[in-house]
Amino acid sequence: MNETQPALTSQERDELRRQGVLLTSLEELYNWGRSHSVWPLNFGLACCAIEMIAASMAKFDIARFGSEVFRPSPRQADLLIVSGTVTKKMAPHVVRLWNQMPEPKYCIAMGACAISGGPFKQGYNVLKGIDRFIPVDIYIPGCPPRPEALLHGLVQLQEKIRGQALTGPEAPRHLRSDDACDCPVPELGAHDIEPSHAPGVWSSPSLVRPDKG
Amino acid sequence: MFDANPAASPSARVRKVEPSSFGFQPSSVPPPAGGGGDLLEISLGPHHPSTHGVFRMNVVLDGETVVRLKPVFGYLHRNHEKLGEGTSYLGSMPYTDRLDYLNSMTNNWAYAIAVEKLAGLTVPERAEYVRVILAELTRLLNHTCLAGFLMQDCGCSGTPLMYAFRERERILDLFESLSGSRMMCNYQRFGGCRVDPTPAWLAAVAQLVDRYGPFLDEFEELLTGNEIIMARTQGVGRLPAALAVNAGVTGPMLRASGVGHDLRKVDGYGVYPRLNFRVPVGDHGDVYDRYMVRVLEMRESISLLRQALAALPGGPVLDPKAKQRGLRPKAGEAYGRIEGPKGEIGFYLVSDGTANPYRYRVRPPSFVNLTVLEDLCLGHTVADAVIILGSIDIVLGEVDR
Repeated sequence: MNETQPALTSQERDELRRQGVLLTSLEELYNWGRSHSVWPLNFGLACCAIEMIAASMAKFDIARFGSEVFRPSPRQADLLIVSGTVTKKMAPHVVRLWNQMPEPKYCIAMGACAISGGPFKQGYNVLKGIDRFIPVDIYIPGCPPRPEALLHGLVQLQEKIRGQALTGPEAPRHLRSDDACDCPVPELGAHDIEPSHAPGVWSSPSLVRPDKG
Repeated sequence: MFDANPAASPSARVRKVEPSSFGFQPSSVPPPAGGGGDLLEISLGPHHPSTHGVFRMNVVLDGETVVRLKPVFGYLHRNHEKLGEGTSYLGSMPYTDRLDYLNSMTNNWAYAIAVEKLAGLTVPERAEYVRVILAELTRLLNHTCLAGFLMQDCGCSGTPLMYAFRERERILDLFESLSGSRMMCNYQRFGGCRVDPTPAWLAAVAQLVDRYGPFLDEFEELLTGNEIIMARTQGVGRLPAALAVNAGVTGPMLRASGVGHDLRKVDGYGVYPRLNFRVPVGDHGDVYDRYMVRVLEMRESISLLRQALAALPGGPVLDPKAKQRGLRPKAGEAYGRIEGPKGEIGFYLVSDGTANPYRYRVRPPSFVNLTVLEDLCLGHTVADAVIILGSIDIVLGEVDR
């Protein structure tokens, strides 16, 4: 079968589904299965962690989306929810936890602090976004985001997982042999945290002047 | 570093598991009597499900018994006090929400009292009653959640915490409809409150108060007389009254040790002197007493809420002459404190006459209460250390600031 041109159009597949014939590919089946059993790491950092707990409780019930199994060990988790302020003392531990999680793994930056440092950005001890060290899949703004926002972020993540190709250039990083999965663990240096960011993950935004194109 | 000279001290038997920078002083605790086995040094946290946030306890174990314990802080140090020096007086109000993020209303109130003392502002009577209503709702919220988390630490996974969070959502709905935010309310202002509660909101509070008593009955039926919980918590983590007073412990933890010190009675701030309530005091100072004191305080809070709702006068909730933006109090210093759900929460402000405080200092109750952790845990098992920590009721946003 030619990969670029599916044998059936989506209308034809819908028609077949109405008649009780289910056609799928291994890729779709695999992604469908794992997108509905994303196990988060039981890891709270600050205020957002309380809303994360609230999302897993009766009223919001994260179990409806298959993510109620909060694992205390990173070895058993698929999803790292960075729920709160990451300080320079905590950053090495967060990156180490991320490195200890097995692939395929995903990261949600929950709240303003995890995204950019939030209200504490001006301070001397707060990281200006966890995406400088680990690759973030979903950003959830808010201070703290409501539990509904976390659930929405989770649904977005599920959509992302369902759309992932398993082969070809779009394959996720754990299926590409040339990509290193581990992120460098930062250390507290003489003046600041070193390195200031992980080179493969983040680069400082470059200024583009309109007159120079 | 544990010991430089292995032959000199019994701690030579310690097997190092984590980095050697634990920094125990070998002489601080006598070696366990008759212990023949190796001591084991382990690090609980900062990523641990039962340390209530990013808190770390370095413990030395003899078998399962804790023989030394050293807390490690600072994993959530967000330079709160330094930011306060660069922010205007009003601009610090939302930051106080993020200190003890379960109880933003009481943090707001303590900070507002400090600024009101500094600037010499008065508060309308209606605002004082609204503040009492919100503070007591916050107390209900905090103590309910604490009981849920404590039971989670004891090992009853899920049910009590689910019940607690169901009630928390009801209170948060009230906070949200009043202030616009669930957790970070940013509601109190210097000289009053930001918005006037509507009659519909007050009716909703009255409805919640009416159903909270039956909820507590249900909760207590599940937990208070439960044999397993009594076996796990009674006689565990006993805090003597003398030590509690010497260490500056405040709040329900101090009262569980038998000292009837409550700032609502001692200081009589707000309209508390006009309201009728009792201060529950414990006998043994153990984990069970700390749980019971909080449950009894919730009963008193329900009664306080009923009285405050009944006595709520009309009028403005904010002194119109009180300046919010660009407030420049004359040079001086002030300390404002209230009885928060975790203990005495205080703000110490020094003004040099400019728009920003010269010094902004927070007296966090759970940080001070945490200082007695090692004394409480010595001689107990690791599993007990976890529930002792849970009964202290810490929030890391406040401990590390």
